[in-house]
Amino acid sequence: MAVAIHINHVKKQYDDNVVIHDLSTDIKPGELFTLLGPSGCGKTTLLRMIAGFISIEAGTILFDEKVINDVPVHKRNIGMVFQSYAIFPNMTVYRNVEYGLKNKKLSKEEIKKRMEEILRIVQLTEYKDRYPNQLSGGQQQRVALARAFVVQPQVLLMDEPLSNLDAKLRLEMRAVISGIQKKLGITTVYVTHDQEEALAMSDRIAVMNNGDIYQCDVPERIYSRPYNTFVANFIGSSSMIDGVVTSSNDVTGIRLATGMEIVMQNVVPLEIGRKVIVSIRPEEFVIVPEGKGKKGVVKLKQFLGRNIKYEIQFEDGTEIEVCSDTNSTERIYESGEDIYITVNTKRINVFDSESKRTLIEGVQSNV
Amino acid sequence: MFKRKGRGFLQGYRIDFWDVITLISMIFFGLFLIYPVSRLVVNAFQTKGAIGEISIGNFIKFFSKPYYRNAVLNSVKVTFFATMLTIFIGVTLAYITTNFKIKAVKVINVLIIISMFSPPFIGAYSWILMLGRAGVITVFFQNVFGITLPTIYGFNGILLVFTLNLFPYIYMYTKGALKKVDKSLGEAAESLGDHGIKKVIKVSLPLITPTILAGAAIVFLRAFADYGTPRLIGEGYIVMPVLVYNEWLSETGSNAFFASAVAFIMMIIAVVVFLLQMHFSRKNYNMSMLNPPEPKKLKGIGNILAHVFVYFVTTLSILPTIYITIISFKNYKGSIMIDGYSLTNYVLVWAKAKSSIVNTFKFGITAIIVIVLLGTMFAYVTVRKRNPFSRSLDACVQLPYVIPGTIYGLMLLISYNSGLIVLTGTATIIIIAYIIRRMPYTVRSSASILRQINPNIEEASLSLGYSSLPTFFKVTMPVMIPGIVSGAILSWITVIQELSSTLMLYTGKTSTMSTAIFQEVNRSSYGTASALATILKIVMISSLLLFFKLTGNADVDM
Ligand SMILES: Nc1ncnc2c1ncn2[C@@H]1O[C@H](COP(=O)(O)OP(=O)(O)OP(=O)(O)O)[C@@H](O)[C@H]1O
Ligand SMILES: [Mg+2]
Repeated sequence: MAVAIHINHVKKQYDDNVVIHDLSTDIKPGELFTLLGPSGCGKTTLLRMIAGFISIEAGTILFDEKVINDVPVHKRNIGMVFQSYAIFPNMTVYRNVEYGLKNKKLSKEEIKKRMEEILRIVQLTEYKDRYPNQLSGGQQQRVALARAFVVQPQVLLMDEPLSNLDAKLRLEMRAVISGIQKKLGITTVYVTHDQEEALAMSDRIAVMNNGDIYQCDVPERIYSRPYNTFVANFIGSSSMIDGVVTSSNDVTGIRLATGMEIVMQNVVPLEIGRKVIVSIRPEEFVIVPEGKGKKGVVKLKQFLGRNIKYEIQFEDGTEIEVCSDTNSTERIYESGEDIYITVNTKRINVFDSESKRTLIEGVQSNV
Repeated sequence: MFKRKGRGFLQGYRIDFWDVITLISMIFFGLFLIYPVSRLVVNAFQTKGAIGEISIGNFIKFFSKPYYRNAVLNSVKVTFFATMLTIFIGVTLAYITTNFKIKAVKVINVLIIISMFSPPFIGAYSWILMLGRAGVITVFFQNVFGITLPTIYGFNGILLVFTLNLFPYIYMYTKGALKKVDKSLGEAAESLGDHGIKKVIKVSLPLITPTILAGAAIVFLRAFADYGTPRLIGEGYIVMPVLVYNEWLSETGSNAFFASAVAFIMMIIAVVVFLLQMHFSRKNYNMSMLNPPEPKKLKGIGNILAHVFVYFVTTLSILPTIYITIISFKNYKGSIMIDGYSLTNYVLVWAKAKSSIVNTFKFGITAIIVIVLLGTMFAYVTVRKRNPFSRSLDACVQLPYVIPGTIYGLMLLISYNSGLIVLTGTATIIIIAYIIRRMPYTVRSSASILRQINPNIEEASLSLGYSSLPTFFKVTMPVMIPGIVSGAILSWITVIQELSSTLMLYTGKTSTMSTAIFQEVNRSSYGTASALATILKIVMISSLLLFFKLTGNADVDM
């Protein structure tokens, strides 16, 4: 039942402004596929092309084998969930959810059965006779979810469905959405600019910028092996340090601007003198005893409970952010103290300083 | 909406319900607006002697004869002074009622709204009955004090009627704007040492000027276009709408070409005023409503003066209505009022003018249904479907604002009295006039309701398998309904009282209440005229009350 979505070389422009130049990707049947990227990168635009609300200037979109470019929205068999909920203000919860079902030529019993089931899943059974203005934001969004899920669409499209909710509710709703999505196995395209949300919920993530997909992979790989510096920066926070290749045998030696020397075992062969950018996440730095690493000065210490966060400055002026696990730490450093740092070379990433692409072996942009 | 680029022409293009509506709107406005306007323009540049040749003969004739030239001057003069007076009264009244506590201000408000929705020609004839040659007040002053009051006929009377009928527009607009002037602004000015009148001139006035100008333009266009008032009370004071009517129905033989030329000049003036207003009120301040001014209690002489002003103006504006209601129960012998009260006039009306009452309802209801259906759908196209067609539709919709009723009637007559479609003398032509003349208001109010509706709810419906037609009727329409209904009631109120185009278009069989009143006044049958006018007012006021009930407060948003 679940369909695959194939997006082949699509282009979108508004008047002279080309928003999406040439974008291709494939979404697998039944997966929760997330479009992640900064504001204005074209996530909504791509989603609305799949939905059929806006035209496609070039290229094709297919549901399985069927080109849907010219299929009108109401014949695409999709479900749509909006950031603004978009539930019908003139209908009760029950009527809202039932709306799409009534169009499906189902028997009365079938409708009733499905309605009971979905209302139970989204926990709205006791609210079914309320009007939208008598519901909280979270309840309204659950109505919207139920309304989209109940028709069992081929494809489910969600545009930042949780961004109007408060933090606690967001966590709760994440679970609700993934839960139903997995249960019904509907191919889902999910738009968000919240990286944590994307990492937590997705089967695969497409990181977008400037109307293009920069990397498409499973969350773990997106996080640990970003394809370029944009992705590295966008997902989590990293210290970006310039470096230069100093030796190139079985292993590659790199000298960082901080004066640190590191040895990488998993980069592609590089000639000596090649300029690189090394991105290191706060937890990829290691605090070591005096003399065993590069010396820096603690500028700021924040105790966060499970973690301790330091802002550290090296002699050359480079500032980095270091995060250490409270449980495994030897001692806590105060600001003004000297501290010695090395890096966990198995985890860090190295990029070409010109193309900004990764130099780690075997990392692809599109998986 | 349009075909997708890069694929064969029109390949895969699907005709949407809204394309059909756009097409219908094009045909509709083409037939009943663009075509009539162009017929009129073409007529204006032809003369009776040489049909088919372009000539400016009509205009030469117009500007060479003082009689015609004076009509322009008269029109502009009385309209200008009326506009000035309405601004003065309207703004003062709005300022007083928003800033100071006035007793029974709600009642005042309702009375002003009622007089705003009363057709001016009824006011005109009521004033004639009070202040005319044999008017009660005139006679009273003559007999008791031996004073001869200045004449009500001509410039004075027209000015009086226009001012009292139209100041409510300025009042409503200004009040709306003043409510949005932040209280703290005035307080800030006060703390800097500007008090009272100085504060008004320095702080409030610049903020509300665009609104006042918009209201003034409406007043100007209405006064300029009004036929009934100058016709009844103007006597020798000929203004342009009267001239058009006279030239069209002149005893020496109707001259459609010359009438068209006069109409053309009128439209040019109206367009200029309209554009000026657009230009000057473009600078619209967006004001916060966080802190609306609260009415303060005035003390001493100021308090008395404020009350006197408000009550005096309101009384004057509602006086014609009250007087007409009273005399509708008075016994009449022909045109002479005699002693005693009874329902005779109403009985007579029922016998004589029943069909005009029935017609008013028939035409009004038909027109309103069409206006609501087409108006909301046209509004939908202009708001949600941005393309060259919808933009030209937007422009078409504005056009009727600047076409006076008499002129629009004339256009329809010259367009549809012969040829493929003949409509003169039918009820249809009157209903069309109502629809076109009222369409701009409906489209504008529906459009503003639509802009407040999240388009996502329509998209949700589409995604759930409903195409655009059922989506509109199942989702968009129901959400718009409260706004549509209240807008429809206001349209209804204006439609049932329409005079100027109906007067051009009606025949014996298609007379309405307003034309019947007008004819009864012309025949000096004041008793029956008043009875009819009272019935009309009762319908109007009960519709207004329904409107208040539906919108939940006794006010009309402008
Ligand atoms: N109707 C439109 N006309 C012109 N330009 C548009 C239109 N809609 C979107 N754009 C432009 O297309 C680009 C992509 O917009 P889009 O809404 O897809 O961004 P987004 O990734 O969804 O951003 P956000 O996270 O803020 O929702 C933006 O630069 C935007 O200005
Ligand atoms: Mg978006």
